[in-house]
Amino acid sequence: MSAREVSAAQVGLVSCGTCHLLSRPAVPANPGYCPRCGARLVWRRHNSIQYTWALVIAAAICYIPANVLPVLRTTALGSTESDTIMGGVIFLYQSGSWPLALIVLVASVMIPLGKLVALAYLLITVQRGSVHKSHDRTRLYYLIEFVGRWSMLDVFVDAFIVALVQLQPLMSVEPGLGVVFFMAVVVLTMLAAQTFEPRLIWDAGRDLEVSHG
Amino acid sequence: MEAIACPDCDLLQRIPPLPPGGKARCTRCGETLAIEHANPLDRPLMLTFAAAIALVIANTMPLMGLSAVGRESSTTIMGGAHEMWLQGSEITAVIVAFCAVIAPAAHVLFMLVVLIAVRRPPAPRWVGEMLRSAHLVEPWSMTEVMMLGILVALFKIAQLATVIPGIGMYAAGAFIALIAAVMATFDPREIWKRVAWADGTLPPVPPDDAAMTGKAA
Repeated sequence: MSAREVSAAQVGLVSCGTCHLLSRPAVPANPGYCPRCGARLVWRRHNSIQYTWALVIAAAICYIPANVLPVLRTTALGSTESDTIMGGVIFLYQSGSWPLALIVLVASVMIPLGKLVALAYLLITVQRGSVHKSHDRTRLYYLIEFVGRWSMLDVFVDAFIVALVQLQPLMSVEPGLGVVFFMAVVVLTMLAAQTFEPRLIWDAGRDLEVSHG
Repeated sequence: MEAIACPDCDLLQRIPPLPPGGKARCTRCGETLAIEHANPLDRPLMLTFAAAIALVIANTMPLMGLSAVGRESSTTIMGGAHEMWLQGSEITAVIVAFCAVIAPAAHVLFMLVVLIAVRRPPAPRWVGEMLRSAHLVEPWSMTEVMMLGILVALFKIAQLATVIPGIGMYAAGAFIALIAAVMATFDPREIWKRVAWADGTLPPVPPDDAAMTGKAA
């Protein structure tokens, strides 16, 4: 860390979360509102670690029923078949389309699990005040923010299959409960990525002028 | 020169005057801080307008049709969500409708209004509010994820039935390309320069540069 690397908060400047204007609050304990856009100014997102942990834990709990419960139930000629997310991947693989099977496997199984592990890792290192690998951890955070939305893939796949395959009385498809839990995992991990405060990664080992919660 | 703190690591730094097309990255964490565009208002406005038209077509025309054993069905994006609702998964229907229709529409609409309103500076304060709303809905606008989802769904159904892609599908593809182009040519800094300040000061007063140089050096 060179001497020139100074965080805005170290010199009493606060950066607006909405319009990025730098301002020097008169009362550091209560920075008030941005003079340009009127948004509430905060040194760091309030209770970011607690909120993010809560969302990560809730998502981890939903991850289990999301993978165990069926996402689709197909009724054809009187017999009913249930498909889980993994079942859908295996179906794609067996019908000779390994690229699509791989896309669904990555988007529906690996990305959500990877996000949970990565967010937990970021939270633990920030809580321990780690100063190591800050670049890599910031890059990991970008990645989590960037790929998160792609997990919604399976929800769209299921929705369009349900919408199109309604050929009563021959064949019909209904959504299973698994898809609701799966969606909860995606939405909760996206919110967790948004509540996490990436600046905390760089705050370790620095004295900020103002303490924050 | 404009002083800024990196939104992702809070490093205090200055954005030097950039050549057209030039990009400033945070010297510590590498986050892109600014991109200087040759035509920061007209080009994104044109592209947003085109994207809005593509989105209307994508949502009103059938995405695809399907025929099997003499029966035919077709669906629009909203039709997909509606059928989910009818089949008893109301929450899924709401989220699908939000991510595939409402969020993209809100994003395009907010961008369109912001880009039109800043053409005559100083723009009123609500323009800033609207830009903030556009940033808020942007991550939930998932048209490109939906497209890939349709592709996978089509492949799964292709075994059972003949699938015919509709006009809505091509329009959705055009929308994805156009909205990506909007975001690549748009610079929020340009908007903030033109919006009236919340505290009434006009023209904008830059933060105390001299004081900062002293402390930062």
